Amino acid sequence: MKVTILDYGAGNIQSVQFALARLGIDALLSNDKELILSSDKIIFPGVGHATQAMKQLKAAGLTDLIPELKQDVLGICLGMQLLCKHSEEGDTMGLGVFDAEIKRFSNSVKVPHMGWNTIDNLKSDLFKGINTGAYMYSVHSYYAPLTKQSIAKTSYQLPFSAALHHKNFYGVQFHPEKSSVDGTQVLTNFLNL
Amino acid sequence: MLTKRIIPCLDIKNGRTVKGVNFVNLRDAGDPVALAKQYAEQGADELVFLDIAATLETRTTTHDMVREVARQIDIPFTVGGGVRSVEDAEKLLKSGADKVAVNSSAIKRPALIKELAQTFGNQCIVVAIDAKKLNDQWMEYLAGGTIPTDLKLFDWAKTAESLGAGEILFTSMNHDGVKTGFATKALKTLSTSLNIPIIASGGAGLKNHFVDVFKADAADAALAASVFHFGEISITDLKKELKEHNISIRL
Repeated sequence: MKVTILDYGAGNIQSVQFALARLGIDALLSNDKELILSSDKIIFPGVGHATQAMKQLKAAGLTDLIPELKQDVLGICLGMQLLCKHSEEGDTMGLGVFDAEIKRFSNSVKVPHMGWNTIDNLKSDLFKGINTGAYMYSVHSYYAPLTKQSIAKTSYQLPFSAALHHKNFYGVQFHPEKSSVDGTQVLTNFLNL
Repeated sequence: MLTKRIIPCLDIKNGRTVKGVNFVNLRDAGDPVALAKQYAEQGADELVFLDIAATLETRTTTHDMVREVARQIDIPFTVGGGVRSVEDAEKLLKSGADKVAVNSSAIKRPALIKELAQTFGNQCIVVAIDAKKLNDQWMEYLAGGTIPTDLKLFDWAKTAESLGAGEILFTSMNHDGVKTGFATKALKTLSTSLNIPIIASGGAGLKNHFVDVFKADAADAALAASVFHFGEISITDLKKELKEHNISIRL
């Protein structure tokens, strides 16, 4: 199976590559259009600031390509948020795949939301074999509200989307590559979709 | 529900763990990767590696170690020691560290926190603070707690937060190594006056010490070294005990 991790200069993509290697997948890091189009699965990682990441995506020539992809795409953390319509972070326009507006947690709780939290309302094969209440590791200050496209929920200050799904696009707010056995299962499930 | 985190801390020198680490089923207790793996399997929520002898010569060894940990471990980890610039941090993050910790270099040049936060995001910047209570006043220390400063703990923590720290790792020098419990009162003050997660460090000797600091809601995470290294407290048992006290924990 050919798996490509979108490389646009953002975040800690090495961890995703290592996690896939532990599953026996030798994933490519690339921003090359032909390579991406010829992949079976695509992972869209991201850590950092939304505005900066969108700029880097644009510079890598990926903003038009990503929404048109027909393969299964998994956005992780900021990757998921960039697949949404808009983010409050730096008032940034997203790629518009998911029908969600990214908001910031208010300061009535500690921000970032950092650590292990439970996920529930699991509604996709992405969570096959994972129990309601499984723990996933997250670190983020912005969140996607619950929408019709939510396939998992987490609560911190309020219930929000732990995962989104639309057609061939999937997004998870948590880091499956850092979420021990259950996180690895999510990656395995994505590869098996 | 978000859980409290248990974090074993490993001191590293030349890419090897230091301090006598006494693990029953471990052939090489000096191998940080093997140790990290064991802790992850026991249920550690995160790991912290402190490069206690970070010099230019040993830095490459540290990067290799970080890469190897990232290759094998599926939980987050922080690396600290010798981070003086955006470039230093970038190398660690690119090697696979999830967060970097800064201490003395940030006290000497607070703008470093801002530079790191703007480049990599607040979420991966941990500001480590060593402080000692003297005449009823918590004062900040440099260089692994060896050099006193005139900075007050709570002021400095506030400054670090405003500059972009994503987390504070507070070690009480009065409590460190004494094993009589964490500095719960000072931690509680930090935890209520700041709006970022606080990691308690220094003083863990018994499982109850972890219960106390979390029951008081004085910290979001608790870090310890020797009680875990010497097998005095098993992470699995500790987490069960915390659960019995209705503390939100990942089991």
